[in-house]
Amino acid sequence: MTMAKARPFLAIALFALAYGAAILLFDNAYHRLIITLVPIWAVLGLSWNLFSGYSGLISFGHAAFFGLGAYLVAIGAAQWGLSPWLGIPLAGGLGGLAGLLIGLPTFRLRGHYFALAMLAYPLALLSIFDWLGYQELTLPRRQDAPIAFMQFAGTHVLPLLSLALLVAAMLLTRWLERSPMHLALLAIKQDEAAAEASGINTRALKLKAMMMSGAMAGVAGGFYAVVLLVVTPGAVFGMLVSAQALTVAMFGGVGTLWGPVIGALVLVPMGELLQARLGDVIPGIQGVIYGVAIIAVILLAPNGLYWKLRGRPAIRVLTPRPGALALSPPDRGTDILVVEDVSRFFGGVQAVSGVSITVRAGEVLGIIGPNGAGKTTVFNLLNGFQKPDGGHIRFMGRRIDGLRPSTICRAGIGRTFQVVKPFPGMSVLDNVTVGGLGAAGAEGKAWAALEMVGLEDIAGRPADSLTSRQLRLMELARALAGEPRLILMDEPLAGLGAGETEELVAVVRRLAATGLTIVIIEHTMQAMVRLADRFLVLDHGRVLAEGAPEAVTRDPRVIEAYLGRKWMDHAAG
Amino acid sequence: MNALQHLENFLQALTSGLLTGADYGLMCVGLSLIFGVMRVINFAQGDFMMLGMYAAFHAVTGLGLTAVLGDGAGPYVAAILAGPAVFVVGYAVHGLLVGRVTGVAGGRLEGDGHHAQLVLTLGLALLLQNGALIVFGSSPAGIATSLSYSAWIIGPLAGDWVTLFINQAQTVSAIVAVLVMLLFTALMARTRFGKALRAAADNPHAALYMGIDVERAYRLAFALGVAITAVAGGLLALSTSFQPYVGIDYVIAMYAGVVLGGLGSVTGAFMGGLTIGLVQQLSTLVLPAQLQNTAVFVLFLLVVFLRPQGLFGRAVRQA
Repeated sequence: MTMAKARPFLAIALFALAYGAAILLFDNAYHRLIITLVPIWAVLGLSWNLFSGYSGLISFGHAAFFGLGAYLVAIGAAQWGLSPWLGIPLAGGLGGLAGLLIGLPTFRLRGHYFALAMLAYPLALLSIFDWLGYQELTLPRRQDAPIAFMQFAGTHVLPLLSLALLVAAMLLTRWLERSPMHLALLAIKQDEAAAEASGINTRALKLKAMMMSGAMAGVAGGFYAVVLLVVTPGAVFGMLVSAQALTVAMFGGVGTLWGPVIGALVLVPMGELLQARLGDVIPGIQGVIYGVAIIAVILLAPNGLYWKLRGRPAIRVLTPRPGALALSPPDRGTDILVVEDVSRFFGGVQAVSGVSITVRAGEVLGIIGPNGAGKTTVFNLLNGFQKPDGGHIRFMGRRIDGLRPSTICRAGIGRTFQVVKPFPGMSVLDNVTVGGLGAAGAEGKAWAALEMVGLEDIAGRPADSLTSRQLRLMELARALAGEPRLILMDEPLAGLGAGETEELVAVVRRLAATGLTIVIIEHTMQAMVRLADRFLVLDHGRVLAEGAPEAVTRDPRVIEAYLGRKWMDHAAG
Repeated sequence: MNALQHLENFLQALTSGLLTGADYGLMCVGLSLIFGVMRVINFAQGDFMMLGMYAAFHAVTGLGLTAVLGDGAGPYVAAILAGPAVFVVGYAVHGLLVGRVTGVAGGRLEGDGHHAQLVLTLGLALLLQNGALIVFGSSPAGIATSLSYSAWIIGPLAGDWVTLFINQAQTVSAIVAVLVMLLFTALMARTRFGKALRAAADNPHAALYMGIDVERAYRLAFALGVAITAVAGGLLALSTSFQPYVGIDYVIAMYAGVVLGGLGSVTGAFMGGLTIGLVQQLSTLVLPAQLQNTAVFVLFLLVVFLRPQGLFGRAVRQA
């Protein structure tokens, strides 16, 4: 292991040593309780962060997982004689299962509705456990088997176990941050549609993240039951639990390994000590502290202390990693994509009606037509953003209509967008790597794709600092990193100056020369006649004409519907 | 129990459902102005309602309203006065906090500031709940009127089997709630302020170019929204006891009502709230009392999954 790779582990080890030493210093029972609770809330914060921090879907419901874990361990110990050593892993399993069951329906909701629904789950569970008669469940003293029930004689054992749990959660988070899943979640956070179109099965990935997060929260809840020995619905399913998960993570730093740990280290002792000192005089002081902390973070440092202190990541200079793109095209001239009689309605409007298109391998097909002709809708049908109301689509012999965009992308259809959809907070390299996550060696492929479009020199720059030409090229590289057989380009020249247009045209021609099949929508006719082997004209959602560029641009119907008289004069002159 | 007793239970639950439902309806009207019209999510709405309850309580005990107006009318006047009191709080909170992540300012934030709104108002909810605990204490409070313990008795009907008790305090509360709702509907439909607000909500930029002070319209709307919910809280306080954490029990119910009624529709929100009240009361016929709120949550989830455009409103554009 090199120095740079070892550093994060070193930091975790140093932190564990320092915290472990602090545990040994405290003799006061109350302080020991606090030092045991800090890692528990940090684990819950890491669990929240793992899902909401990386994916951007705000959960107000992590108390559901935490509470289920706490009750499983408590009921297990009190009624079934189940040792927490078994109960806590089971609590993790239950949290994961709850993540799956909650995620399956709830991911259909967006924005506000997702947040509200997540808030409803723990509150519903709270009243259910109340009704079941678990208003207050005490874990029994087990002097017959103290170690099996985590009731240690040594007062430092429980805090050290708590620390061990936190270290495990940190290592898991660290592993996630190095895995392709991390990049994919960040992509979802910034633009879910673009992530899905780049080959990431967003639904499956969110479910996976929710299950991992639920499991982590379940373990934290289970251990919490062992520490406090009393479980009440309000204490484990209450809103303060979900709020605490979110607060420690947001306060310390969203989407980071250290953020939730820092947040818990600062806020938990502060809240607890104030509660102990002033709780009799000022009840609710802990809640006030959390409330003020959340409000202050949102207004002053929306991404948390960690980012505030660290500042924006500097531009990195990256060394290219060798990699190659396998763009092996099918035999030239075979029918790679066959669209048969495809229709799509929006309300009463026929956006696309009865369109049939055949794309041959290795050709560049230009789709032209007036605004509102249904060009982009055709692309959305081809890449799976929309499902056709009628007809079918075959790609390399396989039916693809109705499949998820990510599945279609992995089958070999890449696309770019009329309005560029970058992942603005990520580096150029990371943006492009997202496109290659479907297979192994994504970063190498990203480098190869960047080289193809000529962006390898700015690979380390953040995407939101690019010009529109660079953004268009980056989006193209992202599509290429998925090793497509066919690429759909939606107005790649829109908003570019004359010189920039030339550069993009050159790149597209270079790609075409490799044998890649390209379908391109574009209004710039001067560029189109040089790029396309064949034109297809759409008007009012139907195919108006199709054929060689020279023939199509002289077709009177095309001139009337789209090109206009000026074009004819210009062409004649 | 025979069939007629079942009928009696059903009618009793239906009556109290309609009466509390009217209060819920008014609560939802307040929230619909904030969530439905301005698309601002306010987790603290329930806590503003709690403030309304305490405002009414202190108007009764502190201002001596009952001494002047009698203990029949006094508490109702106190409930209405909760409106202006919470309006001031809402106006300040929007100016200092909420306005910085919503509206025109929110548009500049990541994801239109939705994420910031969600989290900020959660913090606000914690602050209000626990701040109220510090100021008002944790022991449950209640406002009694001379009507609280009187009921109109209908019956006995059907040969002594069916007798309905209709609580007078709740009935008057329901009537006041309907009146406030109608007044507010008129305000939105008829006045310049109502028009400016609807324009500002529909398209803030266009409204800005038309010379409407959008920020001020939003601030007034937020203040008015929490004030209406606070009046509903004041009315509710006449028939139920409350403590500083009471808001959380109502916040999901309120959102359920607004979503059920169709976003952006005032009468829809009222009908939505009424439905929630009915479901909650009728659920007691088949479910244990502790699961009343669970029934509301389940209804809320069913609505957002199956019919996010609401039952009463026409299909509206998705946010």
